[in-house]
Amino acid sequence: MGQGIPEIAGKSLNGDLQQQFLYEMLLIRRFEEKCAEMYSLGKIRGFLHLYTGEEACAVGAINALRDDDKIVTHYRDHGHALARGIDANRIMAELFARVDGTNKGRGGSMHIFDVDSNFLGGYAIVAGHMPIATGLGLAAQFTQKDWATLCIFGDGGVGEGEFHEALNLAAIWKLPVVWFCENNGYGMGVPFDDSLANDVYKIAAAYQIPSVRIDGMDVLEVYSATQLALAHCREGNGPYFIEALTYRYRGHSMADPELYRTKEEVESFRQKDAIQRLRNSMMAGGLLDESGYNALVDRVESEVDEAVAFADASPEPGLHTLYDHVTKEREESS
Amino acid sequence: MTEMRMRDAIRDAMREEMLRDDRVFLMGEDIGAYGGSYACTRGLLDEFGPERVRDTPISESGIVGAGVGAALAGLVPMVEIMTINFSLVALDQIVNNASKLHYMTSGQVNVPLVLRMASGAGSQLGATHSHSLEGMFAHFPGLTVVCPAFPGDAKGLLKRAFREPNPVVFIEHTALYGVRGEVPEDPEHLVEFGEAAVLRSGKDVTLVGYSGSVHQCTRAADILAAEHGLAAEVIDLRTLRPLDMSTVIKSVQQTNRAVVVEDDWKFGGFAGEISAQIMELAFDWLDAPVARVAGKDVPMPYNRNLEYAALPSEEDVVEAVLGML
Ligand SMILES: Cc1ncc(C[n+]2csc(CCOP(=O)(O)OP(=O)(O)O)c2C)c(N)n1
Ligand SMILES: [Mg+2]
Repeated sequence: MGQGIPEIAGKSLNGDLQQQFLYEMLLIRRFEEKCAEMYSLGKIRGFLHLYTGEEACAVGAINALRDDDKIVTHYRDHGHALARGIDANRIMAELFARVDGTNKGRGGSMHIFDVDSNFLGGYAIVAGHMPIATGLGLAAQFTQKDWATLCIFGDGGVGEGEFHEALNLAAIWKLPVVWFCENNGYGMGVPFDDSLANDVYKIAAAYQIPSVRIDGMDVLEVYSATQLALAHCREGNGPYFIEALTYRYRGHSMADPELYRTKEEVESFRQKDAIQRLRNSMMAGGLLDESGYNALVDRVESEVDEAVAFADASPEPGLHTLYDHVTKEREESS
Repeated sequence: MTEMRMRDAIRDAMREEMLRDDRVFLMGEDIGAYGGSYACTRGLLDEFGPERVRDTPISESGIVGAGVGAALAGLVPMVEIMTINFSLVALDQIVNNASKLHYMTSGQVNVPLVLRMASGAGSQLGATHSHSLEGMFAHFPGLTVVCPAFPGDAKGLLKRAFREPNPVVFIEHTALYGVRGEVPEDPEHLVEFGEAAVLRSGKDVTLVGYSGSVHQCTRAADILAAEHGLAAEVIDLRTLRPLDMSTVIKSVQQTNRAVVVEDDWKFGGFAGEISAQIMELAFDWLDAPVARVAGKDVPMPYNRNLEYAALPSEEDVVEAVLGML
């Protein structure tokens, strides 16, 4: 683990930041559990892919970004949106397909988008957003800006041609893109070592992109690795690749009967749970006590309840809006 | 007005738009040092440098997607896809990303991307290299589909495309690159989307075409006039989406007959759309069923005679007209 990553300075990261990470991971966990409930009540429809178990990836990587950095990600995107600071109310409203949702009900779980926070989308075609990240990197280089793009995708994406095209282009053009693979062990039910001829980070390394494999269930390690990656990009050295090893606790989507893995396997990863690890280390370091932790748990509980209430109260988009935004109206400067 | 070839009009349009707006850049396979497979970008690398005239690897999905990303970040990219045949490996980017992002985000972003590609058969390139997929692209809401038949229109439409806030698929028939025509010099001369051109008027039949098939229509009109004493009205659609049906309908209301001509396969093709709309909008004016003259339903054969037989010709158009009188 952690090839090329210097000893994690993060172990002494300041307490406020660690507290923030813990809060965000708890928020994502609770949000996702609530989504499952809302799905069984029929409030959320369509495909729903939950992120529990993988919280450290979103929180560690996205907290390393500046506000002007851009994010594109895959369809398992609620955690990324929350870590970016997008209001949980608006995300839940989107899942409920309501007008106060991030996409006003036109996107759904897999397509969360919030241009104001430079969160340029969840994308539901595996690896389909990776060339877009390349193009964002090209735009930063073209305009001589030092913002970077974080592109998050799953291990399943590595088998797609678009992965290889996007990485190759970013490498030859030295574009400021951090490729962040959330390797959760499976693409739906297929273990990644059955679908890839080599380790993910080695495949990326073949494109002459500095590439590391890290513990994606250690939020501090993810944070430091992403910081290093971003510094590399901003200095004009081209792209950087991170393979974060993680695990999803729930099925691929709500439709998954989970025939391909055992309860024991899931349990073994729960033992490495990122939230518990951070909580324990903070307590051991005197950065957190039981009542402080409970206060965080209560806080996310009420925020998620509020998100549900907000979403429920938000109206559905009117049928008269069906044809809105098929194409953008011209501004008559041209 | 200057007389020039289609490919030079296309190059001039790009050049002028690059001079006008420094957010415009071009990328594609062999558009730089090689000058473009159909020589549409010749000279532009020297004038604008490799940042704005970017040679790319052979990665259609990658470069179209990169165009989408650059457009999201405020640039105005033109991605040249060497030929329309290779757009098939980039369809994910065109269909799932470019055409849908504005809608899916409820207008938060838009994708001002120009995709140029060469289309059409007739050079014995065989089945994989002879597609006419204009109608396929026109099928997707969110895309604008432009297919000029003359140099002047090509320039005005392409310049319009660069100023459009939405993705534009700009399709150039390979057989037309050498066609000459009058081109306005005014750098602000734009041709509006969704406005068909009536190339000649006539009272006996309406011939509707786009891109290469416009020329079959005009040649057929010549034959109909010279040999049969018939006056055909010829309409060049110029853009398939948006589609100017009102010009077509107005014409059919005068002529009471219509033939729609295209290179693409007849089955499920765009001519079927035009013909259905004529039926819906002008049924009472029709004296005969709308005829479609289109490509035969076969993968394009390599052999010259077979290829010719698979493509619509002006004789086919004439025959269709005579058959409906
Ligand atoms: C191009 C494409 N093929 C297939 C699918 C169906 N599909 C959705 S998610 C998925 C698995 C992807 O796995 P991975 O990239 O590892 O992400 P994870 O779900 O594990 O987070 C598949 C096959 C798709 N959305 N897009
Ligand atoms: Mg996976």
